[in-house]
Amino acid sequence: MSRGESVHAVPPAGAVGFPALGREELLDAYRVMVLSRATDERCLSLQRQGRIGFYVPASGQEAAQIGCARALSKEDWIFPAYRELGVALARGVPLRAILDQLVGNSADVSKGRQMPNHFGFRDHRFVVASSPIGTQITQAVGAALAARRRGDPIVTIAFFGDGATSSNDFHAGLNFAGVYRAPTLFFCQNNHWAISLPREKQTRSITLAEKAQAYGFPGVVVDGTDIDAVHSAVAEARRRALHGEGPTLIEAQVYRFGPHSTSDDPRRYRSDAELAHWKESDPIKRVKERLINEGVLDETRDKMMWEAARAEVSKAVEEAEATPPVGAGTFLDDVFAAPTPRLAEERAEFEALLRDGVVKP
Amino acid sequence: MTELTLVQAVNRGLQVAMRNDPDVLVLGEDVGVNGGVFRATEGLLKEFGEDRVLDTPLSETGIIGTAVGMALYGLKPVAEIQFLDFIYPAFDQIVSELAKFRYRSGGQYPCHVVIRTPYGGGIKGGLYHSQSTEAYFCHTAGLKVVIPSTPADAKGLLLTAIHDEDPVMFLEPKRIYRSVTGEVPDGDVRIPFGKARLVREGSDVSLFAYGAMIPLVSEAAEKLASEGISAEVVDLRTLVPLDEAAVLASVEKTGRAVIVHEAARFCGVGAEIAALIAEKALYSLKSPVVRVTGYDTPFPYALENLYLPNADRIVHAVRGAVKAG
Repeated sequence: MSRGESVHAVPPAGAVGFPALGREELLDAYRVMVLSRATDERCLSLQRQGRIGFYVPASGQEAAQIGCARALSKEDWIFPAYRELGVALARGVPLRAILDQLVGNSADVSKGRQMPNHFGFRDHRFVVASSPIGTQITQAVGAALAARRRGDPIVTIAFFGDGATSSNDFHAGLNFAGVYRAPTLFFCQNNHWAISLPREKQTRSITLAEKAQAYGFPGVVVDGTDIDAVHSAVAEARRRALHGEGPTLIEAQVYRFGPHSTSDDPRRYRSDAELAHWKESDPIKRVKERLINEGVLDETRDKMMWEAARAEVSKAVEEAEATPPVGAGTFLDDVFAAPTPRLAEERAEFEALLRDGVVKP
Repeated sequence: MTELTLVQAVNRGLQVAMRNDPDVLVLGEDVGVNGGVFRATEGLLKEFGEDRVLDTPLSETGIIGTAVGMALYGLKPVAEIQFLDFIYPAFDQIVSELAKFRYRSGGQYPCHVVIRTPYGGGIKGGLYHSQSTEAYFCHTAGLKVVIPSTPADAKGLLLTAIHDEDPVMFLEPKRIYRSVTGEVPDGDVRIPFGKARLVREGSDVSLFAYGAMIPLVSEAAEKLASEGISAEVVDLRTLVPLDEAAVLASVEKTGRAVIVHEAARFCGVGAEIAALIAEKALYSLKSPVVRVTGYDTPFPYALENLYLPNADRIVHAVRGAVKAG
């Protein structure tokens, strides 16, 4: 048996019993995809202007992110990496809340504690991201076991990239999930570049999905630029997990159109031709064409949708920037449930420095 | 009250917590069928079943990452790492994830995991079954660090750890797992964090220690008494939060401080205690602070008795401190 044989690509549109997204659903997904792309465009520019410190774009991965999120229940727990803007938007996180985090203002529910894009929203069951690669994978398995113990009919899902498949926690997490048949989905957005390292140099495996075979559960490869294919693969994996059939690894093949983050220049490591090739299957273009073919969208309406998205982004940026900064002493909060005597003393010391003008907010 | 060894007291603590709260569960390597390599989880699988006593694959990052996920969801996992020496594959999960979840989410995601792990030398365990690296964890904001030295403390502090709201590193002095016995209160009797235990009152010198060093320090205090030196022995019990008031009060009374730990000296917990005394009780001192510790080497197998503090070294250090002023 060849190495890739047990891995099947999910055929698009309903082949595993899950119908393609209906017109209205698709139009709504498209609206979120456009909003995600418009947010990326604006935030890259804000970063260049020094108005936000850093940014991690998701452009090119919208069909994977939004198609996946739409196949989940709002009760499912999301364990994101730091590139999951589209997932957050599809989950219903208000754009303003995301901008508050990017700016790090006093309205940020995470209180300005982390770099941009490392957001989390408990109300949306969207766990707060971190920078170390892959650590959320084992955590998603633990939460799934906890949900099962509580009898909650939900799944957990870990989002990560191709680079994370080399991490310790990828191995540990998939292994634990296989052993315990955890109701967990492993959603790998293979965007082909882990900063500068190409997919072929990340692993000798022919696909990333086939790694699941070694852990005793299915891995599927899906065209991550095809929103229906992603949606149906995730829906099927979710059905399996809820029926006690265990985890699934989904490899959504995508391409990141922009840099890894605002701190790198992709032209140093990849070709314009490769980018141009992938842009032919720009997920937004693909959905737009389908919507036009089905008569639910035309160029005029499309233009209006983009204008509406850009206006929404502008409004969120304005509001986030007009919101007062994080209070000076708040960095001393939330280390523990209640401050230790040592932390209380450090707070008093800090407040004295503020009062005496030695440090300035 | 029941007479128990320290490891039996840990076992009773787990049993009481699991009986009283269905959200408490244990996971780790060999904790189920085998009852733990030190038998700390003996009998738990039989009483509570596989749902709550999880024998895990051999992966420390898997154990802690899974425990973190369970805690985020609302359970109260007690993870066992077989030896502190093997915890490093999970260091990322502990330091980057567990310790920071509450903080990085602005308080949205408390993450309460108890990590139990045997530590320390004196068992002929060599490099990788002997280390005392509590300072790594004390240095990481967001972790509480607890080290009991008696059976009653082991149970009472463990119960507090399991019902705390923050991550707790619960380091068990395996060298005295069975050599120390004592009366332990039955039921859910908890001992608060941040309260040092006055083991012995004295007036000439304060001895600060924790964990497996306490019996040695007590032995040294006994010898010193026969020489007419009155040593006060303070068991710190919890390194984070530290009972700074107890340290300062004792030094202010005796005017001399000797700190004992088996961990390496450089940047060890003793350095923090010494700095605390220098910052807040310097003028009470009659002689310089002295540390009796492990050496700044990896842990030696054949010569561990020379590496580890013992009562004679402690007595020698105290004599020096008393002589100095």
